[in-house]
Amino acid sequence: MLEVDKLTFEAEVLKAPHKIVVDFYGDGCVACEALMPKLHALAEQYGSANLKFCALNTSKARRLAISQKILGLPVIAVYENGRIIDSCAKDEATAEKVEAMIKKYI
Amino acid sequence: MEKIYDLVILGAGPAGLSAGIYGGRSRLATLIIEQGKDGGQIAITSSIENYPGQMLTGETGATLIARMTEQARLFGAERRSDTIKELRLREPVKRLIGNYEEYLARSVIVATGAQHRPIGCINEEKFIGKGISFCATCDALFFEQMEVYVVGGGDAAVEEAVYLAKFARSVTIIHRRNELRAAQSIQDKAFATPNIHFMWESIVVEVGGDELLSTIIVKNVKTGELTTLHADLSDGFFGLFGFLGLLPNTELLAGSLDLDAKGYVKTDENMHTNIPGVFAAGDLRTKVLRQVVTAAADGAIAANEAQHYLADL
Repeated sequence: MLEVDKLTFEAEVLKAPHKIVVDFYGDGCVACEALMPKLHALAEQYGSANLKFCALNTSKARRLAISQKILGLPVIAVYENGRIIDSCAKDEATAEKVEAMIKKYI
Repeated sequence: MEKIYDLVILGAGPAGLSAGIYGGRSRLATLIIEQGKDGGQIAITSSIENYPGQMLTGETGATLIARMTEQARLFGAERRSDTIKELRLREPVKRLIGNYEEYLARSVIVATGAQHRPIGCINEEKFIGKGISFCATCDALFFEQMEVYVVGGGDAAVEEAVYLAKFARSVTIIHRRNELRAAQSIQDKAFATPNIHFMWESIVVEVGGDELLSTIIVKNVKTGELTTLHADLSDGFFGLFGFLGLLPNTELLAGSLDLDAKGYVKTDENMHTNIPGVFAAGDLRTKVLRQVVTAAADGAIAANEAQHYLADL
């Protein structure tokens, strides 16, 4: 899965010509770690030219995360045309719910 | 014909996984169903220090649970990821209806645990993940050099306030009483931390902000006076962490199992509920001490009792 950072986020996510799922995670976020293998599997299964997947370590891009109005982890967000069109956050970010959300955009 | 399990366990926290280990080891056809991630509350705990026999350094909730999961697997407990939406527990063969499948069982252990209690203020839902958090280890870094408020006065609230004070510019504990309930050793740490402050006899009644949390309305429970806290203009937002104890995950059980006034499942000391063949284990049960070690013990007892129940069928 593509790892983006504060330098590449704009080009890879905000200006992407396709939909893209962003896994916002952070150092020390155990809930994020627990979700990560599932997200990698979903990326394998559902990733395509129309729907890509990437991950952002918010601990190294705190201001960027805040600019995206994110103050709590984990967040799995679907971006299109530079905007979040759907997301699962915190307690809602279960493997089951994230998969159901992603299936809407494949 | 649908498979009938000897034992179906709802929930894969310490209680459910322990029951799975004992059930599998007793050669019961055992199934564990979990809707989210294994471990439940413990999965987001940054440090475990008091589980006997754990790794002495670097043990987190996640590492401990990963070994319990593997141990249950090695003893042959099957796994499903599903959310149960209806239970029929009174018949001899119990039926659990999930989003994906229906499951049949001769005995059931409910180990669905508990979750954090909400703050209970107006607009709370809207600001979860936008300034309100219940997980310091997840979200502390967002509040580096910012202002943070913590609601609660028990062990978890004060312990997490001390943790947050390493990141935040200032941490203010909002507590409804005029003294903390936390253990004295934890209180001492908080009182010795210069950037921790207190608002006594106060509760949070409402929160607000433009996308991110920037106002908190606090009520003094003695005088009824309302005070509005505003985020520093140069910060733009602040944090509000809730540590107000637990709420049992027993909504699904309310119609069939006897619950106490706070919603916890009533059991005898051997984990029996009011329905034969249905047992409860872990934090969802009426008990004094809710810890990983007591949850694991409950799970072992419940699986053992389930085995006796099945032998007498």
